[in-house]
Amino acid sequence: MNLYDYLIAPFAEFEFMRYALASVLFLAFSGAPVGVFLTMRRMSLVGDALGHAVLPGAAVGYMIGGLSLPAMSLGGFIAGMLMALLAGLVSRFTTLKEDANFAAFYLTCLAIGVILVSTNGSNIDLLHLLFGSVLAVDLPALRLVAASASVTVLTLAVIYRPLVLESIDPLFLKAVNGKGGLWHLLFLVLVVMNLVAGFQALGTLMSVGLMMLPAITARLWVKNLGGLMLLAVCFALLCGTAGLLFSYYVEIPSGPAIILFCGGLYLFSVIFGWESGVVLRWLRRGKHHQYQEPV
Amino acid sequence: MNIEVANLTVSYQRKPAVHHLNICFEQGEMWAVFGPNGAGKSTLLKAVMRLLQADTGSINWNGIARSDIAYLPQQSDIDRSLPMTVFELAALGLWYEIGFFGRVNAKQKERVRAALARVEMLDYAEQQIGHLSNGQFQRVLFARMLVQNAKFLLLDEPFNAVDAGTTYALLEVLRQCHQSGQAVIAVLHDYEQVRAYFPNTVLIAREKVAAGKTEAVLTDEYLQQAAAAMHRVESPQWCAA
Repeated sequence: MNLYDYLIAPFAEFEFMRYALASVLFLAFSGAPVGVFLTMRRMSLVGDALGHAVLPGAAVGYMIGGLSLPAMSLGGFIAGMLMALLAGLVSRFTTLKEDANFAAFYLTCLAIGVILVSTNGSNIDLLHLLFGSVLAVDLPALRLVAASASVTVLTLAVIYRPLVLESIDPLFLKAVNGKGGLWHLLFLVLVVMNLVAGFQALGTLMSVGLMMLPAITARLWVKNLGGLMLLAVCFALLCGTAGLLFSYYVEIPSGPAIILFCGGLYLFSVIFGWESGVVLRWLRRGKHHQYQEPV
Repeated sequence: MNIEVANLTVSYQRKPAVHHLNICFEQGEMWAVFGPNGAGKSTLLKAVMRLLQADTGSINWNGIARSDIAYLPQQSDIDRSLPMTVFELAALGLWYEIGFFGRVNAKQKERVRAALARVEMLDYAEQQIGHLSNGQFQRVLFARMLVQNAKFLLLDEPFNAVDAGTTYALLEVLRQCHQSGQAVIAVLHDYEQVRAYFPNTVLIAREKVAAGKTEAVLTDEYLQQAAAAMHRVESPQWCAA
């Protein structure tokens, strides 16, 4: 057995592995930058909340259209957007903060989702929705993921500057163009879209993992924004591929395997991360720059 | 060209913070907005920027556009742990010129550097904003405002939590702006700073108490009136009409 047999052969041999790999790659390219923005806007857990909100929508889609991907995706997308908008609206008109409302809404949504799925389907379906199965990705699912990834990357490119500005200094953006809410809303659309794109492969609970973990991990290695996005995408690609292979060899569900690799890389980075890992901080403690005489 | 505040009332949860206020800021003038705590000074500035909804009255930007006004909010919400350099932050002042996609050309870069030099922060241009002290950070925000090249500069308590050295350096920058024809409107609470640097003052206590030449406005009589007005507005009979 050489390296080729271990790393390439599974993909060369099996079509479902190729589809799985392609979908994970697409998700990595679009999800990781979205994750970087989520962490930058201190919305790390909002992604999680939205992921839960997708569930009842997908369940309603399942009830209406059966096990059809377009119906479930559309349902999930509508439910996610609805929750994001409602949480935003409630925090505008009450004194509750947005994160409190997100918590209230997503817990409610999760309950509704579980009830819907458990009364209308078998438990296998519930597990499938919650945890996905990357190995069941077929061509239509792959097309959907690819379309979502393309739209995400293009939209991010267009709204990049106002979005960065709104993350860093929202009041300034408001003062200069008077419409900060629009970028926030567009961004939420992207978040929900990526969660929906990911749920077929990774499940509603795990789909947010491939988005957030690489982004959070990247923060431990670099500090400039471009570097963060590039590194987050690389991490997501790496963990996605490694997780797929791992699940292939040990025969465990691929979604959790991928996220487990992301988690492992995160823990490694917490310790060894170049920018703010524990070890480097410890080594640099009490040291400061010294002026060097130019020669 | 002026900013005209006509019969403005702005309230938070039905309590007026600014009440039937009239004032006109002409091009090139230098105004201090002065008054007791809770007098509605910041609210007035936010309303002038049209960041708040008015209950009555209106804000008229006569002959000017949004891009002619640079606004420096109080204790900005900027998350300084985010990745951004001093130069990049100051360059945001070019927003109206570069928009979504525009590149910062050599001339504009030079303008940003010049603005940083005016606030003595050029040496820090490549530093991350997370490494700055409060005073240094406020200097960079001033630089961003200078880069905007606006006709009106609106500043809300710009010297809160800023050391004395920085305060006087920045006051000097404001004086230069005024001398070069820019209008300056600043919310301040330091009596001495207002007297020393600002030719005009509007004294408010939710309502306008007095406006005009600083030495005519900051008198004991008016200041007492302002304090009394703040007591009056807390009573339930106020604005029963």
